[in-house]
Amino acid sequence: MNMVLENDELQDLYRELILDHARKPRNFRRLDDATHTAEGINPLCGDKLRLYLLIDANDTVVDAGFEGSGCAISMASASLLTETVTNISVADAEACFNTVTQRLTLGSSGDQAPHKIDLSKLRALDGVRQYPSRVKCATLAWHALHAAINSQSTATTE
Amino acid sequence: MNQPQPTLVADIAACRNDFPALNQDVNGHSLVYLDSAASAQQPLAVIEAVARYQNDDHANVHRGVHTLSHRATELYEGARDKLRKFVNAASRAEIVLTSGTTESINLVAQSYCRPTLRSGDQILITWLEHHSNIVPWQLVCEQTGAELIVAPINDRGEIELDELYALMTGPVKLLSLSHVSNALGTVNPLREIIDRAKKAGITVLIDGAQGVPHMTVDVQALDCDFYAFSGHKMFGPTGTGVLWGREALLEEMPPYKGGGDMILEVSFDNTVFNDLPYKFEAGTPNISGTIGLGAAVDYLQSVGMDNISEHEKALHEYLVDKLAGVNGIRLIGTARNQASVQSFMLNDIHPHDLGTIVDHQGIAIRTGHHCAMPVMQRFGLSGTARASLGLYNNTDDVDRLILALEKARQIFA
Repeated sequence: MNMVLENDELQDLYRELILDHARKPRNFRRLDDATHTAEGINPLCGDKLRLYLLIDANDTVVDAGFEGSGCAISMASASLLTETVTNISVADAEACFNTVTQRLTLGSSGDQAPHKIDLSKLRALDGVRQYPSRVKCATLAWHALHAAINSQSTATTE
Repeated sequence: MNQPQPTLVADIAACRNDFPALNQDVNGHSLVYLDSAASAQQPLAVIEAVARYQNDDHANVHRGVHTLSHRATELYEGARDKLRKFVNAASRAEIVLTSGTTESINLVAQSYCRPTLRSGDQILITWLEHHSNIVPWQLVCEQTGAELIVAPINDRGEIELDELYALMTGPVKLLSLSHVSNALGTVNPLREIIDRAKKAGITVLIDGAQGVPHMTVDVQALDCDFYAFSGHKMFGPTGTGVLWGREALLEEMPPYKGGGDMILEVSFDNTVFNDLPYKFEAGTPNISGTIGLGAAVDYLQSVGMDNISEHEKALHEYLVDKLAGVNGIRLIGTARNQASVQSFMLNDIHPHDLGTIVDHQGIAIRTGHHCAMPVMQRFGLSGTARASLGLYNNTDDVDRLILALEKARQIFA
């Protein structure tokens, strides 16, 4: 295999957008006024993150944040998640969970997320599909989102 | 680069060819396998011994009067004899065949500790231990009311001996510690520790999973009471292992599991248990795997454990030197006596990202907590990258790892 191709494949996983969000995660903060929260645990590596949501009376996610530590993939995914779900309805956030996790695990989605929600940035995570052992890193935060919305305290990637 | 090449044991270089799995490309690169501490590859001699048995000799052991059953029994019990010699046990009755170190430790917890421990008694372990040398004791402490206490380690990853010895003055009934730390490679000073424990009247179990692949083990010279190890860390099949125990202790212990092969006579009123070691071996055992393990013992002895130790020591020094030349490397585990197991961090790159990047270049390392979360917590980490070197590794493997780490550094620059 030549070096160019090899670099391309690795760079497909560690895209600039991923590295940027991993280095400077957005909304990396605890929400003291969170209405919903859940912890995501990846038993493979022991990495943990806690997701916070502030959901208002109209069932809209008005703020999202997270804390924790993890690999570049899991941190970037959590960071992108908080950007994606802020200012959308809980139902749409749940639809995003379904779309993103199906896309990452199956490679396709039922397009459950409404088209008005821009999931294009999350395409940056698609590279993990080539690395089966890393898919759970990318889905961890999304499982925490699903758990938080459904008032479960903990999500694992198992 | 005028890096001096280490003097490696000459005959060992050829051993690499004995391992078919090493002769393959992974992700477009020739495989560099640096994960033997998780599970070692098997030499052809082991693979063929298992295949020969499966092809020609398979039957249940200790049962039939027919020829195949006799052959299977001879091979299986022959492996026990090889293992007895391998660790210099006083008798074959002391070699209990198990599914691995984990089962061996659980056997001691449930069969030695559970009937004898009382509330207020203590079990002493160290901060270095693998989960399999922590959780079985937590379970038996819950069952008996005994307390689990833990001796600390220093920043090099060595047991704080003064604190360990101070803890021995309490109501400690059992000390269980690793021969070699799987996460940090620390080789514990067993002779001195066991000597102190014996003087305090404490029974000692050694978790030898990471000891047997690297060095000669003589259980009588160590003077411990139990020594547990696994087949697959010493180039044998998975699902095999040994609990060596002093015969007098094993005699006193009740069976661990009930079933066939562990009885002399069964009626609904009374069951007479079989003699050692069969008392602890209920059910049809892992016959093929154990025969393979016997072949692994033959293989290790043909190479020579002292040669293996010498080779790995030189290669580990080479690895540490080379790692020191990589910008941003932090070694985790710098014990003065260390086996060829090396944990490290590279800048703030998460170990899993490192693992994926080097795997992409055909290099297998372990990343994560190594089933030793307390060790990780001790160093304020959630995990590390770990390269473990076996008898089949060479300086090219180390050089390839270093190049791959440089690449990871560039990606995360």
